[in-house]
Amino acid sequence: MTRAFKLPDLGEGIHEAEIVEIPVAVGDEVEEDQTILVVETDKAAVEIPSPYSATVESVEVEVGDLVRVDNVMMTFSGNGVAAEEPEERPETAEEERPQKEPVETREQKGPVPASPATRRLARELDVDLRQVEPTGPAGRVTAQDVRAFAEGEAEREPAPAEPREEERERRPEATSAVDPRSVSLPPLPDFERWGEVERIELRSVRRSIAKQMALSWAQIPRVSHHEEADITELDRLRRKYKEESGLESLTLTVFIIKAAAAALRDFPRFNASLDAQAEEIVLKRYYHFGVAVDTERGLIVPVVRDVDCKSLIQLSNELQELAEQTRAGEAALEDLQGASFTITNVGILGGTAFTPIVNYPEVAILGMARAAWKPVVRADESGRQKIEPRLILPLVLAFDHRVADGADAARFMRAIVETLKDPHKLMLTL
Amino acid sequence: MVMGEQTIETQVAVIGGGPGGYAAAFRAADLGLEVTLINQEERLGGVCLLRGCIPAKVFLEVTHLLHDARQAGDWGLTFDEPDIDLEGLRKRKEKVVGRLTKGLETLCRQRDVQLIRARAEFEDAHRLRLQGADVAHVEFEHAILATGSTPISLPGVEFAPGGRVMSTAEALDVPRIPETLLLVGGGFNGVELGSVYAALGSRVTLVEMTEGLLPGVDRDLVKPLARRIEASYEATHYNTRVTSLKEHDDGVEVTLEGEGNTAETERFDQVLVVIGRRPNSQDIGLESTGIERDEQDFVVVDEEMRTAEEHIFAVGDVVGLPMLAHKAIHQGKVAAGVIAGEPEAFDVRCVPAVIYTDPQIAWCGLTEPAAEEEGREVEMGRFSWGASGRALTMGEPRGLTKLVFDPEMERVLGVGIVGRGAEDLIAEGALAIEMGAVAQDLALTIHPHPTLSETISEAAQAFLGLATHVLSRRK
Repeated sequence: MTRAFKLPDLGEGIHEAEIVEIPVAVGDEVEEDQTILVVETDKAAVEIPSPYSATVESVEVEVGDLVRVDNVMMTFSGNGVAAEEPEERPETAEEERPQKEPVETREQKGPVPASPATRRLARELDVDLRQVEPTGPAGRVTAQDVRAFAEGEAEREPAPAEPREEERERRPEATSAVDPRSVSLPPLPDFERWGEVERIELRSVRRSIAKQMALSWAQIPRVSHHEEADITELDRLRRKYKEESGLESLTLTVFIIKAAAAALRDFPRFNASLDAQAEEIVLKRYYHFGVAVDTERGLIVPVVRDVDCKSLIQLSNELQELAEQTRAGEAALEDLQGASFTITNVGILGGTAFTPIVNYPEVAILGMARAAWKPVVRADESGRQKIEPRLILPLVLAFDHRVADGADAARFMRAIVETLKDPHKLMLTL
Repeated sequence: MVMGEQTIETQVAVIGGGPGGYAAAFRAADLGLEVTLINQEERLGGVCLLRGCIPAKVFLEVTHLLHDARQAGDWGLTFDEPDIDLEGLRKRKEKVVGRLTKGLETLCRQRDVQLIRARAEFEDAHRLRLQGADVAHVEFEHAILATGSTPISLPGVEFAPGGRVMSTAEALDVPRIPETLLLVGGGFNGVELGSVYAALGSRVTLVEMTEGLLPGVDRDLVKPLARRIEASYEATHYNTRVTSLKEHDDGVEVTLEGEGNTAETERFDQVLVVIGRRPNSQDIGLESTGIERDEQDFVVVDEEMRTAEEHIFAVGDVVGLPMLAHKAIHQGKVAAGVIAGEPEAFDVRCVPAVIYTDPQIAWCGLTEPAAEEEGREVEMGRFSWGASGRALTMGEPRGLTKLVFDPEMERVLGVGIVGRGAEDLIAEGALAIEMGAVAQDLALTIHPHPTLSETISEAAQAFLGLATHVLSRRK
């Protein structure tokens, strides 16, 4: 008996993955739970175990393929292959599973049973009836099913706020070529007209980043607020701790994390998300920081949890471990999810200022550029101005202006800068 | 006829004042749009109201009455043969038609729809040229084309009022009761009118190209009617064509050629040709727009009734089969709704059809023969009216209610009814299909007893093996 093995559901809202490794070959005998496939999704690698002890009959995919949940990966044959469809799927919340009735079967059965009123509602909400899970008697799709589906869609892929009717009414008028919403993408020119080109497929981490950036750019009216922090004293302290404790991993970032966490307690708006559908700001009472890590494959942001509860030592170690794992491609999917705020530090590589993109669906991201010695005007005890060399760290807070205003950002950043300027203040917040 | 100079602008121009046109115009006005309705004829209502559905029903009522009066002798009530006053009949028809068409005019006024009597042609995709009115041009933001259809004649033969060769339009004027009438075409309208003339006293001969009456209709439904037709017509010729027709002063000479038979020439007092209708999509300037037509000259539209020109819509007979007034009305409302930004579309699961003969035939959705042709597996639920108490009290035991089900989900796919009152009974079938009802829904809904409507419930029950008044076997 031959059994096809399809890509199982990988978790919340994840529909596709890239094949990274196929550790088995045709003819191999595999044991149940043996890893038969390694896929990568949203920058994390996931191992797929075999549901049977059987022989690999055929392999339908290749390394590099982009596959979707329910695509056939390989087929098995042998006694171990059960008659019934194995229900071993990674645990996912049933409600959040994307509606997966294959479209072909539905069409064969003819039009979707739904009353005329329900069909009209579906048109109004731009819902394809074939994708809706019916809960009405005798397999009928009810109006409630349609509404629930439309809301579910809004959660998974935030739709533009305007309903379809408005779009239709706008149709008879000429669309403006300088309205960013209405400009349709013209086809790219044939670049080879001007010289040689090389094409690289957008895959893996790069593709994930592209999607995420497009989403964030489209959704968030972002403002960048720049500040400078005098970290002369802080850095002295840091080097002293490092020497005394031998803690190689005690970086500046660790202190910034602490300062930011402390400030967020007083400015919770920056540790939040905007629920555009419900028109509510979701303030988070937890402090999980995404820390951007530059890897060979691109920018990946693992998450350190409960940064407010951890000591400097704990944070240093955890950060180092996470960064190493991430660079090695070993970060698990859970490690990349759940951040409430993000820190990005390009300073090691250089740069005086930059305008980071908010990590949707967060509200704010704190960027660190290169700390450098600069001549600074300072007043001494008697009020006379002198020029001194000070170690200055450029900071930037990029935030969602729908949730917070420039004044809030200014105050928030001031708080951070004050804390960093005087390490004693930082101690008080720990 | 004065060719005016005036140009008016309008938001929605509706071309054609038949069911499709006026339904669209009224809906558009109700949705707040500014509407101009351009009608070629003097009166509103189109073919349906003026020389189609409505006049036909007036005469068909008379037909049924005549039949019942004659049959009453069996019941213990004997009437003498009635005097038929054609003028009186015509006056009655005029009264009904007049009242309805005035009603439409009133509705136009009440809704502020500007009514222009003129012939319209497209000058380009945004402008109409009118003939016969003070207004010469209409510039529109949107347009709805509802120009309807025209009866097809035999090659070389023309319909003329007062002539011996008639289409349904002339036949419904009933200028006189011909001694002999040749009915060419055994389809819906032909059969209806043939029965009218037969009841009024003509000797009717039917000639039909295909092998039976009402081609395309389920034979189970046709059978009871065919028996009646055979009885009341003088002769019926199937698989036969008209190969020549010549009008003389004293009659029409027609040559009929049947399959495998030699041609026969006969003389008839009058000839009624009902072989189909073609869409009125020519000579209205469509070439000056981007509007597309198919090989049969129907205007091509999408689900929103939009033509290839995004702001011009088309509805009714001019866009395709079935050529039915209720289809046109529904489409007219869809088009109006779409223009106003509503999420409308023509996505109906069935369009019921009714033949108003006696017995009537009505059906909607998937028929048994259509399912067979598609190769689709279906199961039937049948109830013969011989078992219906109500049918018997009416003296109408010839009847059949037939439901077509999807065997797996037991969903109602189609309904077919032959018998008196089928025209009203079929609406329940249409609702059942649109709602995605299953056999249990019909079987478990109490239908009053004794009625003809309960035949629908019993047919569903028969399918499920639960029927009371018939034996039903279920696997």
